[in-house]
Amino acid sequence: MSTSRPFFSLAGLRHGARSAVPAFPGFIMFALAFGTAAAQKGLSFGEAMGLTGLVYAGASQMVALEIWQQVWSPATILTIVTVTAIVNSRMILLGATLQPWLRYEPKPRAALNLFLLTEAGWLISTRYYNEGGRDVGFLLGCAAILYVVWLLATLAGYFAGALVPEPRRFGLDLVMPIFFGIMLVPLWKGAKPALPWLVAGLVSLAVHALVPGYLFIAAGALAGVIAGMLIE
Amino acid sequence: MTSFEAIAAGPWGAALAIAAMAAVTFFCRIAGVVVMSRVRITPRMERGLRALPGSIIMATILPVVLDNGLPAMIALTVTVLTMIFTRFDLAALFVGLGTLSLIRALGF
Repeated sequence: MSTSRPFFSLAGLRHGARSAVPAFPGFIMFALAFGTAAAQKGLSFGEAMGLTGLVYAGASQMVALEIWQQVWSPATILTIVTVTAIVNSRMILLGATLQPWLRYEPKPRAALNLFLLTEAGWLISTRYYNEGGRDVGFLLGCAAILYVVWLLATLAGYFAGALVPEPRRFGLDLVMPIFFGIMLVPLWKGAKPALPWLVAGLVSLAVHALVPGYLFIAAGALAGVIAGMLIE
Repeated sequence: MTSFEAIAAGPWGAALAIAAMAAVTFFCRIAGVVVMSRVRITPRMERGLRALPGSIIMATILPVVLDNGLPAMIALTVTVLTMIFTRFDLAALFVGLGTLSLIRALGF
């Protein structure tokens, strides 16, 4: 396992972009669904692309659509910001794991990298890092291409969502969980290190049964980290 | 009506909501790095964070897969097995999707 200092290269950008391909189907399906739902909900094109391009966090975008207003007030804005913060709080943990990798990066480039941070890109990059890779270009290349795919698929969903054929027939409604299941395999290091995963799964199931929305992801993730801290 | 209420109720309300959502999301994205660069990372914290990738995956997929019943469970199992034996992510993706569409085509 390499323990070399992190660096940045253009070759890494390309390598990261290539490695992101398995996440494309999931991104395309989610962004198509968001674009379609945003158009149905009556959001303007600017509003839909603003959410998708500036917030860029699928679960919170979907929740935002549910509480979207025609006329806003300070109270409704506060509500949507609070819900967004709760759903996206899990990214605090993702970022925490990236700190050793981003330590020597110039601040603007680290900020750009983190602005583009997503779970799928982070999982692919974590796999690369665990295998000894230290090129920060990989992280950025992977993140950047997923962002472009996301924007294009939202655009397509907004204007032509109704034309998309029944995705269930091709199993595409579950492409995201299938991709996540794939990313679980290289993480496996035996039963004991996987105990926190079990805790995360059980807590997530309980929260999912009790609380509506996407809180179950953040709650399960946090439970897994706490379990990891407690298990010697 | 204060001026902020007036702005929120006006044509800029949606832009304001999006900007505030974007700001709080970006804050979540950078907060972990900022905090970790200022505290001493203990072995305990390291253990916790090492459990994060698998925990996030389990937390995300378990409820979704159970909600979708047996076809989803079978497809996911086949996906994971394919990945274990081939270590080729794209192959596992297509085998998983193929299994799910096959099960559904058979009417389950």
